[in-house]
Amino acid sequence: MSSDQSRRSGSDDPNAIVSVLRDDGTLDPAHDPHLGDDEVTFLYRHLVETRQLDERFVALQRQGRIGFHVGSLGEEAAILGSAYAMRKQDWLFPCYREFGAALMRGFSLQKLCDNMFGNANDTVKGRQMPCHYTCKAVGWASISSPVGTQITHAVGLAWAAKIRRDPVASLVYFGDGATSSSDFHSGVNFAGVFKLPVVFLCRNNGWAISVPVERQTATHTFAEKAVAYGIPGVRVDGNDVFAVVAVTRRAIERGMRGEGPTLIEAITYRMGGHSTSDDPNRYRESDAVQAWAARDPIERVRSYLVARGAWSDADERNLKADIDARFRDAVAIAEKTPPPALESMFDDVYAKVPWHLAEQRAELVAGPRAPSPHG
Amino acid sequence: MALINMVQAINDALRVAMRGDNRVVVLGEDVGKVGGVFRVTAGLQDEFGEERVIDTPLSENGIVGGAVGMALYGMVPVVEIQFADFIWPAYDQIVNELAKYRYRSGGEYSAKIVIRTPVGGGIRGGHYHSQHPEAAFIGVPGLKVVIPSNPYDAKGLLLASIRDPDPVVFLEPKRVYRAAKGEVPDGDYMVPLETASIVRPGRHVTVLAYGAMLYEALDAAAKAAEKGVDAEVIDLRTLWPLDIKTVVDSVKRTGRLVVVHEAPRTNGFGAELVTLVAERAFYHLETAPVRVTGFDTPFPYTLELEYLPLSHRILPAILSVARG
Repeated sequence: MSSDQSRRSGSDDPNAIVSVLRDDGTLDPAHDPHLGDDEVTFLYRHLVETRQLDERFVALQRQGRIGFHVGSLGEEAAILGSAYAMRKQDWLFPCYREFGAALMRGFSLQKLCDNMFGNANDTVKGRQMPCHYTCKAVGWASISSPVGTQITHAVGLAWAAKIRRDPVASLVYFGDGATSSSDFHSGVNFAGVFKLPVVFLCRNNGWAISVPVERQTATHTFAEKAVAYGIPGVRVDGNDVFAVVAVTRRAIERGMRGEGPTLIEAITYRMGGHSTSDDPNRYRESDAVQAWAARDPIERVRSYLVARGAWSDADERNLKADIDARFRDAVAIAEKTPPPALESMFDDVYAKVPWHLAEQRAELVAGPRAPSPHG
Repeated sequence: MALINMVQAINDALRVAMRGDNRVVVLGEDVGKVGGVFRVTAGLQDEFGEERVIDTPLSENGIVGGAVGMALYGMVPVVEIQFADFIWPAYDQIVNELAKYRYRSGGEYSAKIVIRTPVGGGIRGGHYHSQHPEAAFIGVPGLKVVIPSNPYDAKGLLLASIRDPDPVVFLEPKRVYRAAKGEVPDGDYMVPLETASIVRPGRHVTVLAYGAMLYEALDAAAKAAEKGVDAEVIDLRTLWPLDIKTVVDSVKRTGRLVVVHEAPRTNGFGAELVTLVAERAFYHLETAPVRVTGFDTPFPYTLELEYLPLSHRILPAILSVARG
């Protein structure tokens, strides 16, 4: 690794970086999660799907067909590997870059596209920006844009499960920037005090929009912050899906033993902008990006599978064609689905519509319509 | 039926709620072993254990954010914020997260919690133990805001708040925590939310008040009566959503309106109350409504009785509005 983040880990660092997939394609037995080829293939398919959809959503935004996208380019292994380790009964508290993990857990591509268009079939009824969907059926919490606020929610959920004696863990995603938030401090501290089964998954992708990690913290690593909360902190190669699965599983096992939470620092790199609204060329050099491209988390898995004879060029072509076909179909449906009904703006503010909202709803419905956003 | 104060009534409500529903948990700073700095949760940990009556680390955003997560799992957390003056670190969690969870998830989730917090001045607590910040919550879509003035309502409203499907900010007027005593039934009962109470019927002027200032309004009304002015005093009880019908019907009868609250005047709840009445009963008004409120200053320590809208300031307002 050759970025600012990896330089932060010297050889004398007690927090060594866990990695499994070696450059020669073999696995380090010390941390090998023992994934079968079918499991690795499953993960690989979703890694590719995530990358490909990211590119397609950016294109849709550039074409003016959706308003926004916030992607996971380069961070796919950190996101999917950790989600893969979570069990069916566990809950995930997303930041906003993790749509690939939601799809892997069973959220439908159609529903994701409905959310990207904010249409009447969107699970959140067109009330939030793209990439702010919800899927209770797969234990996927609601997404908010403010950074770090979901951390305490993940703690509360694991707390409730522990009180109920349910074997349920939670995983919360956040970036390096979120470690500066008060919710990070409160959440990790509470989870440490009450020994809650929470996996704090910090995607150290090098950047919080334009601000580099050096401006977030004076600590050597993000994992070492765990020391201050009396919990373990683990650094892992976030571009090594095997390693991410392994450390996440270990964190869940620890939580289930009643020993408390784990802070995982997944070292990766945000290969794209913060979102479609951002231009990273304004604040960073392309050298680092090129260096990280050599550590591409998806290519590494592909090489592994090919070397084992478990993946072929034909498989690759078929997979990509299949993803594109499903994407085209889902977008076609989402794009022609009408927007949410006018009256729906007033639903779900409260369990029942109170008098003042009923009055305002009547006022809106009877009043003039806004100009079309598309002119 | 027993003669008890508000602290005891709220304690009783929590006990009834927790006995009847094991999803209900209490958490906050000092709520467990010591039973809260005002002793509102006294004895609850003995009965329900440390897992349901939880002494938390000192972090308001952690308490509220943690409670949101508990609620997502199906618990019904009743949070205590030790003083309303300390609630601001949790404001983001309350406004952006708690209040929006159902809406922003399209109704897939809801985050049902009750946030209890003592409010108001007149206890020699200075700025950081005296604020009355209802206006910061009334304007927030998704929140309900409740404030009892007496033990009967305190128990009944808290039980209703805990069982209401929406998040509730439950303000407790600490100046009358122990001073307000009343007969409170044993066991379970609820005072429905969104219902105001006409505490003193009258013909000449409507006085809207709540919390500790209700007693000041009643005192002023009694003195006004000696001068031939018959004031109707309404305890709003649920500030939002407001019992608009009771308020507007009263003003339509009296034609005159005085609004009392401790919080600063500008953008205070009084501004909304006067506007709501003006929109619905403008041609019934005989004279301009008057607000008797705290001033637009931080809450002062030494001069707190001059700051508060006590009876001596409410009485002249009633008389001038009645004669205006």
